[in-house]
Amino acid sequence: MTNHFTLRVNGADHDVRDSWLGESLLDVLRDRIGLLGSKGACEQGECGSCSVVIDGELVCSCLVMAASTIGQSITTVEGIATDGAPSDVQRAFVDAGAVQCGFCTPGLIVAVHSLLESDGEPTETEVREALAGNLCRCTGYGRILEAVERVVVERRR
Amino acid sequence: MTVLDAPSAIRPGTLGDSVLRPDGTAKVQGSFEFCSDLNAEGCVWGATLRSPHPYARIRSIDVSAAWRVPGVLAVITADDVPGQANYGLIVPDQPVFAADVVRYVGEPIAAVAGDDPEVCRRALAAIEVDYDVLEPLIDAEAALDPNTPAIHPDGNVISSQPVIHGDRDATGDVVVEATYEVGMQDQAFLGLEAALAIPDPGGRGLEVYVATQWMHEDRRQMADCLGLDPESVRLVLGGVGGAFGAREDISLQIHTSLLALRLGRPVRMAYDRAESFLGHVHRHPATMWMRHHATADGQLVKVESRMVFDGGAYASTSEAVLLNAVTQAPGPYRCPNAVIEGHAVRTNHLPCGAMRGFGVVQVCFAHESQMDKLADACGVDPWELRLQNAMHTGDTTITGQVVHNVAPVEECLRATAALPLPDEPVGGHPRADGSADVMKTPGGAGRTTDASDVVRGIGWGVSMKNLMYSAGFDDYSTARCRLADGVVTLKFATVEVGQGFVTLAGQIARSVLGVDDVVLGRIDTQVGSAGSTSASRQTWMSGGAVAAACRAVRDRLFLHVAEQHDVDPGQLEIDGTDVRDEASGWRIPVVDASAGVDIDETVEYRHPATEPLDENGQGDCHVGFVFVAHRAVVDVDPELGLVKVVQIATAQDVGRALNPLSITGQIEGGVAQGLGLAVMEEIIQTDGIIRNGNFTDYLLPTFLDMPDVVATLIEQPDPLAPLGAKGVGEPPTISSTPAIVAAIRDALRQVDGVGRPLDRVPVRPADICLPARASASSTTG
Ligand code: FES
Ligand code: FES
Repeated sequence: MTNHFTLRVNGADHDVRDSWLGESLLDVLRDRIGLLGSKGACEQGECGSCSVVIDGELVCSCLVMAASTIGQSITTVEGIATDGAPSDVQRAFVDAGAVQCGFCTPGLIVAVHSLLESDGEPTETEVREALAGNLCRCTGYGRILEAVERVVVERRR
Repeated sequence: MTVLDAPSAIRPGTLGDSVLRPDGTAKVQGSFEFCSDLNAEGCVWGATLRSPHPYARIRSIDVSAAWRVPGVLAVITADDVPGQANYGLIVPDQPVFAADVVRYVGEPIAAVAGDDPEVCRRALAAIEVDYDVLEPLIDAEAALDPNTPAIHPDGNVISSQPVIHGDRDATGDVVVEATYEVGMQDQAFLGLEAALAIPDPGGRGLEVYVATQWMHEDRRQMADCLGLDPESVRLVLGGVGGAFGAREDISLQIHTSLLALRLGRPVRMAYDRAESFLGHVHRHPATMWMRHHATADGQLVKVESRMVFDGGAYASTSEAVLLNAVTQAPGPYRCPNAVIEGHAVRTNHLPCGAMRGFGVVQVCFAHESQMDKLADACGVDPWELRLQNAMHTGDTTITGQVVHNVAPVEECLRATAALPLPDEPVGGHPRADGSADVMKTPGGAGRTTDASDVVRGIGWGVSMKNLMYSAGFDDYSTARCRLADGVVTLKFATVEVGQGFVTLAGQIARSVLGVDDVVLGRIDTQVGSAGSTSASRQTWMSGGAVAAACRAVRDRLFLHVAEQHDVDPGQLEIDGTDVRDEASGWRIPVVDASAGVDIDETVEYRHPATEPLDENGQGDCHVGFVFVAHRAVVDVDPELGLVKVVQIATAQDVGRALNPLSITGQIEGGVAQGLGLAVMEEIIQTDGIIRNGNFTDYLLPTFLDMPDVVATLIEQPDPLAPLGAKGVGEPPTISSTPAIVAAIRDALRQVDGVGRPLDRVPVRPADICLPARASASSTTG
């Protein structure tokens, strides 16, 4: 069974055709809309590589049915930069050395933006807790913590 | 952890500066192309049928129903492999597709291609395989018994290696012994296996985009099985999402290529996480008996060991893993006498091969546990005992090899001890409102731990690791450097897995040639081999190759400048971004000096030759060694068996810090994997069947599990290393594991004065909170 619907992603409407009912948002974003920034590393909601924001809420797109997000506003990593200019979080990740292989990075960028929108002054424990759903196998998280802390300090100014 | 700022004298972008990744912006924006993001016009999907049985005879394979699934384009089995039926890194013992026997759960039997992944899934389900299920061989010790029937034509023993050194009958006043076990660890890179194969028109060759660690070795094995010349198989590196050893062996390369050649159109394959657990090799589980002899005051006299590594169904790199283990069994200590016996065997478990630390992780857990036992038996502080036995430059290893490298074991120990202990009280600082911060207690959000039960412990781990390939292997790396109009273009096949060689290569070129602009060519097989991104070898090997290629270009530039400006080329040097005449002080910017020139040099760098071990395990088998010390602080809930690692302090021998920020990342990331092995990570198999091949059940360290890492770098440039720098990737993983376990033991000892043996990693809650099992440990003296 296939169907047609429209998803609103990063402020633009995308027609989705030939999707099967129940297809995950992650697969639709990647394979049907062609937004490859969101990654899949477990498809079980464990790694956070597929993190996107739906109507202000951070979710694992591998666990969400694409068809259930009709009419909602979806933000992926591709929607974070303004006119191609990296956001403060994106710049801090590069500057602080928070990126190695980079596979976890898109999900973390989305998750950090979401965290700092809800709490501009998180404690270290709050940062760790908020990002505990995003696995990174390369960095040991130290430089990621540093990147988040840099953004917090910068935004205070 | 504080990142050391580069001294201001360093020109930005050159060696010693914390240069940022050239691919960083693409990676944070989601536009970096990983292998799994690649597609091609007309591309179809491939998928693999795998054995559900650990050991079975295949009576028949019937693929006819698969062909009837709408959208199926190809179904292939062992009969469709045109070249060699088997592949393998060291020996070709692993079938591309099993034909008559399957030897592990997950062994490939057939592959299909279809319009989309769902079609492929249906086609795989339609293939009928008739199995005669056999009793699996799952006990590595039984595999050593000559009476056990062989599960493979090559036999059950992959490799046996003794090391006999000094006086084999020597004894010490104090003797401690125990048997240690290490469980099977998964590399768990995040970027799953993926490949895209695009056949040439006519089908006599193809281009394959793959996430791998060693392009030319993949090409060799692929060409053999595809029945093609290596030149007809062109590999291109697809973006790699981590590796850690798991991409050193072939996984889907040959299957994808076979389908693409069969169909004459592009085919891509991608594993999901469950298939990834079956589709790549893992860290060897090992059982290691060790007996240490020492003088009454703790000087090592002899180490004896018998170790058995479970290689799983196929050989992969087991022989080399075992060589590392037996030759470094005592660790970074002076040890005049040794009697070591090691075996790597076949079982019907998942195949094992390379993972960060490669054999040394296993023995390090054993030798460091033994050093603590010895310290206890001698009544010496564990840190003092290690210091007293620490290896120095000029000492001899148990293979009779003199360590010519810088060997700052003592400095690592002293510098680590000088790092501050955590200022956090047991159980962590309370929250702002005065309540306990549960996230800082063992068990975290589970809120099960009563803060008053928590006990803190401290433990030590020290290790050595051989760098590069050993035992006579012809190990080299190739780099090409071109200078034209002030712009340098570098070309190499050195695989970037996330470690940062792409950053380092530019730094080398800027330092050697005095340029600012460095362009990196595509990483592919259109240049000579760089060897594997493994064994902590690329900084030394490909760093050495890039430096040598840049120097060759520089020397030709000097000749050109000398001719143009009538100066002595022998007096020229690069000073900043200028060519300078040492004699007169005359200078010209490199950009101007290279205007209109086009110099192109390709150089192979080889490290000094090594030799295989003799029948007693003696010989100069390793190129060089790197050293590190770790101190772990843990909080333990002894009632519930829960552990919170509070801090890891470490001093690491790096030779010379070429990019301090990048080294920091390697240290912190490596420690995370060492922590995983200490208290979380293990692939569980029962009767040869994997029980936790997914990220819900295979536990990986999260942000909350990772402690603060306090690190300092021991910088003593190694005269043997081309840039003075040693590889930094593996050491952080190796001795962080035993340090954490030692800290848990220390905490538990404080509870009842005895503690627990904890002779197995990962340490599970039951190992901590249950009464100690009957232990093989004993102490005399
Ligand atoms: S892919 Fe969605 S959480 Fe891992
Ligand atoms: S940078 Fe590789 S997984 Fe995070």
